[in-house]
Amino acid sequence: MKPFSGLNNFFRKLPLNLTVLVLALLWIVPTLGIFITSFRSREAVRSSGWWTVLAPRSTAGQDTYNQYCGACHGPNGDLIAEADLADPALVAKYPRSNRLLAMLRAEINGSPHLQDPPLPENPNEALDLLAPILTYMGTLAGGEGAGSAGLTLRNYADALVGYRGTQDYLTDCEQGVASTLAKFDCNSSDLLNPEGMGQAFLNTLYVSIPSALLPILFAAFAAYAFAWMEFRGRMWIFALLVGLQVIPLQMALVPIAKLYIDIGLQSKFLGIWLFHTGFGLPYAIYLMRNFLGSLPREVFESIYIDGANHWTAFWKLALPLSVPAIASLGIFQFLWIWNDFLVAKIFLTTNPVLTVQITNLIDPRGGNWHILTGAAFLSFIVPMLVFFGLQRFFVRGLTAGSVKG
Amino acid sequence: MSTAKIMQQGKVVPWLYILPALLVIAIFIIYPVVNTTMLSFRDRTGEQPASTACVPDGPCWGTFENYRYTLTNPEMVTALRNNALWLLVMVPLTVAAGLLVAVLADRVRYESLVKAVIFMPMAISFIGAGVIWRFMYAIETGQANQVGLLNGILVTLGAQPVPWLSTSGINSFALMVVGIWLWAGFCMTILSAALKGLPTEVLEAARVDGATEWQLFWRVMIPMILPTITVVTTTMVIIILKIFDIVFVMTGGNFGTEVIANRMFKLIVTDTGRSMAIAVFLLILTIPLMIYNVYRFRQEEAMR
Repeated sequence: MKPFSGLNNFFRKLPLNLTVLVLALLWIVPTLGIFITSFRSREAVRSSGWWTVLAPRSTAGQDTYNQYCGACHGPNGDLIAEADLADPALVAKYPRSNRLLAMLRAEINGSPHLQDPPLPENPNEALDLLAPILTYMGTLAGGEGAGSAGLTLRNYADALVGYRGTQDYLTDCEQGVASTLAKFDCNSSDLLNPEGMGQAFLNTLYVSIPSALLPILFAAFAAYAFAWMEFRGRMWIFALLVGLQVIPLQMALVPIAKLYIDIGLQSKFLGIWLFHTGFGLPYAIYLMRNFLGSLPREVFESIYIDGANHWTAFWKLALPLSVPAIASLGIFQFLWIWNDFLVAKIFLTTNPVLTVQITNLIDPRGGNWHILTGAAFLSFIVPMLVFFGLQRFFVRGLTAGSVKG
Repeated sequence: MSTAKIMQQGKVVPWLYILPALLVIAIFIIYPVVNTTMLSFRDRTGEQPASTACVPDGPCWGTFENYRYTLTNPEMVTALRNNALWLLVMVPLTVAAGLLVAVLADRVRYESLVKAVIFMPMAISFIGAGVIWRFMYAIETGQANQVGLLNGILVTLGAQPVPWLSTSGINSFALMVVGIWLWAGFCMTILSAALKGLPTEVLEAARVDGATEWQLFWRVMIPMILPTITVVTTTMVIIILKIFDIVFVMTGGNFGTEVIANRMFKLIVTDTGRSMAIAVFLLILTIPLMIYNVYRFRQEEAMR
């Protein structure tokens, strides 16, 4: 073995490894951004980028703090023992800048709390000023409280119940005075609030499971016939199914919506199950027929010779053997419907699914990232579990054939 | 389909197995295609012929009035141009990105990890992906700190923040980046399987003959996986013709980012006739790919 061959090899492969790692990093950073943001307090999300969390000890807000508070409280915040800003318990009393503002407006020992420089009169300006100070107080207190490093689950509570107030749902419920609480009971029943992601999660589950199972049931019978029965037009009908796979589902929206109004299926779960079944079938039949057709012929011959008819062969042989294909297809179809937006938007107007609920939460001015990121991640939980747990099946279901409408 | 009959059955039995599925397909795909085509020749309510929407002395295509709208209305022309741009720019880049990752990841030890990271966006909804990238492109006006990563980087470097999604000329490409991020993993997975299926003797023989890795890639690998590249590209073309969710959630089709399917969705309630004409037009665009898929299927069957 040549000396340094390991080292040579390392340097020879360095550009390759760097390229691959940079690509992987580029791909993961956008998702990482909203993941981190979903755990940051509303003030933190609004006042600084999520990447500041990754910095070891943030100096965000330090300048503002030094300018307004440093003279009395000291650079480390612990100069006044009665008001130790480095004490997490004290900082925790001020989860939001408006609480801090209320305290600072009150006089101390007969004179204003802040004199040199004074606090701006305009409340918005004052709040803008206090957000970085609060951030830095959080840093001083070791990352507790509302500081940039302090992470919270409150965004998820807001997203689950669909709460949109000036403070977060849990804080408002503690105080019990906010007018935005009108539609809320501040107990577990809020999880089923129609505007929340909790109810949307259940709706999505209720849409996806039958919509994934029904096409498989229909497709299994048809695929068996296409694979193991002889009949006129078999090839032509199957070729037609291959073609139908790419029909844009936009073609069916209005006629089916009109049909559903006539027969009373509009905004009913049964309606959306049937629609997904219809558009899932060509691909489902194609995939299952290819799988069944690739099974060894002898297996079927022997069961027919033993006197079994097609019905028995289907239930006793074809169906048990196609479990891997059914798993791939079912998982793929389930995730496809879980992530669907257009069909649910049109056919399920009164019971929004996760994707529709997210679009309801989007603020065109971009002001509510803390809720939106939490909501998005709630909708990712099931896909991520499926993806990391059943990746093999999902990939096979997605890539086994051509593409769905 | 070369399977000879291996068990006798009546003429009726096969139809009992396939009819339930065919019935559902007839109701949910065949009937709507016919109905939508008919509606595309009617006016906004579907009650009158499309020609009633014609303005006196204005251009009018009579029964085909909704198709005149589809092909000549300025908003539609923008949409058609953008779909063409997506096809010409985004599809090749996505396939290339997928191929690049497939080739590179094959040579590192943590291949499955890298592939999982690249493929992960396929598991989440396009709406969720839209939220992720809206946040990436977010812009704060005034003195506030930037919270979107891209503008955060720009400001740190001393540049002005860019309104990525509302600047026409930039925004369509910003949306295409989202598309590439989403679908590169799909292309990668299929192409990677094709690359791993290449006979190692051929690759070894080329190496023994002194081919560099670069030559190996262009002269051996690419020609051998060309059929798979074609399949991936046609699939991407079908997906991109129907591109909707990303545009809907990120710009709503505003600021010059309109696409065909979003235009169809916007008109679906207010003007059924035009909306249906756009849907039919979308279908017409997919027909060549449909025929190609059937042709490819027949060829594969012949080889079985």
